[in-house]
Amino acid sequence: MTATIAPAAPRPTASARLLQLPWDLFAALTATAVFALAALWPALLATQGPFAMDLANTLAPPSSAHWFGTDESGRDLYSRVIYGTAASLGVGIGAAVVSLTLAVILGSLAALGNRPTAAAVGWLLEVAFAFPALLLSLLLIAVLGPSILTLILAVGIGTAPGYARMVRGQILSARGAPYVEAAVALGHSRGRILRQHILPNSLRPLVAVFALSIGQSIVWASSLSFLGLGIAPPAPEWGALLDAGRGYITVAGWLTVIPGLVIVLLALTTTTLGRHLQSILEKGEK
Amino acid sequence: MTRTSFSETDAETGGLLGSAPPRRGRGAPRLVVGKVVSAALVLFGAATAAFFAQASLPGDRATVILNIRAGQAVARTPEELAPINAEYHLHDPLIVQYFGYLRGLVVGDLGNSYQQHRPVIAIIADQLGATIVLTLTALVFAWIIMVVWVTLTAGKGPASRAIGGFFDTVAAGLPHYWLGIILLLVFALSLGWFPVIGGTGPVGLVLPALTLAIPLAGFLGQATRTEFERALDSPFVLTARMRGMGETGIRLRHVLRHAVLPAVTLSGWALGATISGAVVVEAVFARPGIGQVLVTAVSSQDMPVVIGIVMLIAAFYVLANLLVDIAYAIIDPRLRRTS
Amino acid sequence: MSAITTDAAASDLAAEIDNLAGFRPRLRVRDLSVAFQTTGGLRPIVQDVSFDLYPGQCVAIVGESGSGKSVTARTVVGLTGRGARVSAGELSLHGRDVSGLSDRQWQGIRGKEVGFILQDALVSLDPLRPVGAEIAESLRLHGWGDAAARSTKVIELLTSVGVPKPELRARQRPDQLSGGLRQRALIASALALAPDVVIADEPTTALDVTVQAQVLELLEESKRRGASIILISHDLSVVAQLADHILVMKDGRVVEQGAAADLLAAPREAYTRALIAAVPSEDTRGGSLSPAGAALLEAAPPAREVHDEVVLSARDVVKHFRSSDGSVTTAVDSVSFDLHRGETLGIVGESGSGKSTTGRIALALEQADAGTVTLLGQPWSSLPEPRRRALRSRISVVSQDPLSSFDPRWNVERILVDALQRGVFPSASARAERIRELLDQVGLPHAVLRRFPLRLSGGQRQRIAIARALAEAPDIIVLDEAVSALDVTIQAQILDLLVVLQRQHGLSYLFISHDLGVIAHLSHRVLVMKDGVVVESGTPDDIFHRPQEPYTRELIASIPVFDPRPAQEQNA
Repeated sequence: MTATIAPAAPRPTASARLLQLPWDLFAALTATAVFALAALWPALLATQGPFAMDLANTLAPPSSAHWFGTDESGRDLYSRVIYGTAASLGVGIGAAVVSLTLAVILGSLAALGNRPTAAAVGWLLEVAFAFPALLLSLLLIAVLGPSILTLILAVGIGTAPGYARMVRGQILSARGAPYVEAAVALGHSRGRILRQHILPNSLRPLVAVFALSIGQSIVWASSLSFLGLGIAPPAPEWGALLDAGRGYITVAGWLTVIPGLVIVLLALTTTTLGRHLQSILEKGEK
Repeated sequence: MTRTSFSETDAETGGLLGSAPPRRGRGAPRLVVGKVVSAALVLFGAATAAFFAQASLPGDRATVILNIRAGQAVARTPEELAPINAEYHLHDPLIVQYFGYLRGLVVGDLGNSYQQHRPVIAIIADQLGATIVLTLTALVFAWIIMVVWVTLTAGKGPASRAIGGFFDTVAAGLPHYWLGIILLLVFALSLGWFPVIGGTGPVGLVLPALTLAIPLAGFLGQATRTEFERALDSPFVLTARMRGMGETGIRLRHVLRHAVLPAVTLSGWALGATISGAVVVEAVFARPGIGQVLVTAVSSQDMPVVIGIVMLIAAFYVLANLLVDIAYAIIDPRLRRTS
Repeated sequence: MSAITTDAAASDLAAEIDNLAGFRPRLRVRDLSVAFQTTGGLRPIVQDVSFDLYPGQCVAIVGESGSGKSVTARTVVGLTGRGARVSAGELSLHGRDVSGLSDRQWQGIRGKEVGFILQDALVSLDPLRPVGAEIAESLRLHGWGDAAARSTKVIELLTSVGVPKPELRARQRPDQLSGGLRQRALIASALALAPDVVIADEPTTALDVTVQAQVLELLEESKRRGASIILISHDLSVVAQLADHILVMKDGRVVEQGAAADLLAAPREAYTRALIAAVPSEDTRGGSLSPAGAALLEAAPPAREVHDEVVLSARDVVKHFRSSDGSVTTAVDSVSFDLHRGETLGIVGESGSGKSTTGRIALALEQADAGTVTLLGQPWSSLPEPRRRALRSRISVVSQDPLSSFDPRWNVERILVDALQRGVFPSASARAERIRELLDQVGLPHAVLRRFPLRLSGGQRQRIAIARALAEAPDIIVLDEAVSALDVTIQAQILDLLVVLQRQHGLSYLFISHDLGVIAHLSHRVLVMKDGVVVESGTPDDIFHRPQEPYTRELIASIPVFDPRPAQEQNA
């Protein structure tokens, strides 16, 4: 009848805990470390400079000398991928920040604004959501002209409506939660309930969403670059590498396959991190 | 938008499936009218946003148009600009241009292309068929892949759940360009099963449609798997087992119908997303379609074409969601909520 | 333990005699054990269960959640579930060993030789299909007739379970039928092929009491026709209606089993006695329901007289709800009542009677469309929320599902501290002292402060909810189905606690429940509600012994009679 408190298991050592991690989380954390190192200190991992040409050795397939092969000017693709990490991650993080900032502002207005504001913002979100993210981005690029800043804005704004709808939904469901009603019954003020319950509970999942959206943003940005509407070659950014390799699909497939694979791995990494963050947050770990 | 369960009085008159018509305009017709009105509002909002995006372009519009046509940026004389201003009514006040634009939309006139100097509607009409065929084929493929995959792997213990879920996640996250290139390299270049440059024939359609379908199947599969496992655990499934129903019957006759409901809802949204994926896929496989037109128009800032295509896709999205609502009502006669 | 083995040995002997006499059990279970494979190893769920089921007999398995009663029932039809290890000394149906059957062989037995009835038909019949299709499926799976013959048979079956207009009902889905009709349809689908063994797993849980009575009637009837029934229930009063033989289970083991009348009248084991004593009714009023509660009640101040002072008063309260299809329903219609200091006013009604809405209006969580509520003689429902806040500390609430009423990010300490007014408890040490005092009052160890409600049991959560409701020393607590989700022994402890707290603090309770037994046990006065209207009000004595209105009479008549001693005399 009284609390049956399970005896605490002996505390595992740090390394033992690391081994107990689910394998996918372990892999994602390792990949994150590698990506971070490549972004912050590319020279450590790269075998040569990103622009060093070797005209005697163009369009060479992957080999022990050039792990990812070389491009039409004989530049080492592996080194270019390493040097491109910072720019690609920068675009991804920048777009994720833009997207979630907009999403929180618009989603909160749509959920918590006074009646006309909420209706107007809610309608705006519905309209924006009717445009697939890529189209919204294309529309912005058409208006602003291609550049790295345009790319960040285009991807950030393009993906914002979906997240904004999610934020609105989270806030509305938190506002209708029984624990909010319990706080009303305790006589707590609107402001206190908003601060103590509604905002923390509805915005907390965004931590996980942020991780997810970095990967998503990099995929979107690279799609735009692939279409020739993002960052232009010969910059070593991943999307630009795809764009440059497009012309050689039939003769040098690795020029698009490998940068694409790196992007897929990054997206998987952030998705896995996001999922685990989400389940940790949901479980309300002590 | 919640419609709760029918009351006993509803049941007396036969409800939706009975012979008596729903009273007081309640039920499906009213819902559909509401959907059409809100769809029209969404389209109106999209048109307005697109128009003002166009109007906010920097620089003198007539000069921009001339430069787009000529492919070079030079200053223009008033004599050169006069016919352009007349053709596009650029000297009218913005609000007049706006209403003129809306009127055009109602009668199906999307204006003239800056670059090609012919009606946008004609340019789109040339290319639309190929894209729609591609998108719908992809949607059908995605549903087939998803239903088979989920029905085979869902609810069969933790190992199959982990594997099934992992493939859903990976598939959903694959960028179209990459998947397209892989399929192209493997099945067209190495194995030679499909032509490298597809053309519009049915054989050339397979790889592009698969490229669009696999990520979509992963996306829909995530939602379906969750619901499938929830339904498998529900009391009505236990009741069916207690009647002597076998596993296959349970999965196909009871569980699947419940499990696809969220994926049906998502399909409307996914169709819109698939069209934008089609833009990329058309580039990979060098297929004709509005994707090519759109990319060219965006890079040359040919705004009437860009906006025309965007409007078209928004309309397509709205239509798709109407169809989704109807499909939902057929599968779930309780007509509980839709979007 | 030893009692059970001798018991089993005795019934083994009895079975031998029956066998010789040609009177064999339809179902025979010996030493059935079930364990589930979990990440922490093999976890035993059912251990050494033995019983026999004879023709026309009802064996009931009674136990609280986690007792293994449902797993036992499912194992008997080969549907234990994934990762289960089943072992049995004997498991035979109609004298045939069924312990090693394949899935396909089981499919031929289920529905044909054994029928299974689960709880609430709203979830136990496929919500997307007409009930007729579900019944026809039972026939089709066993190759009964062609489509036309099946649809004729469906109508026959619906008629036989007392469904009026069966042609219409067969085409309707569970959500289009009333609770009673859809439950009948569920039973028709289980009895379609007239199986001679019927397993009913909590067949009346979550049903209104009048529907429960109808279901029990149907089961009784199929028993009279010769079916053998295994009845699984947590509710002794339901079991007492139907059972010839009762097994009491706890933590996977049979604590005690025997003929129903003997076991109820003279239980041998302490757990069985506690289970029987825990059932609240009109006769238990003023007494304790749980062993721990007896001591608490003795230590508490004696029951006080109810004061004349009215602490909460509702006058002609009306509430309409508009559904999305535009129709308007009246949830509460001209409801008036007075709640006096120190009094428990019970509001009882079936689902949809408006009792919960009435409670929410009393709490001013819902705005009434007409009528007024006054609190401690002051305006209450008419005030805007900011001006109500000062009075909020006088009235608090305990709901059915305490878990969702706690912020999931907070531990127990934070939940309780948050309920204290800074003005009343200015220092951290004063607050810490107060929450410890509250835990003592609701009988929880201080160690729970660091824990999260998610990790506590249902009874512990409800105690936290009560502690929070007590935090500001209110005059009134509104309890909305506050004990409905709890196991019967836990419910007994909470009910005893509520009585003790009322005596200690002079609290007034507005106690809302669908459970007539609980209402009868606790209330000083009772309101009976139906379709938003107060049908009848009065003392429990009046309501339960001299009901005036036809609806109240029907309600009272539906209560399963649970009085072990007379039952023995009847059977003797």
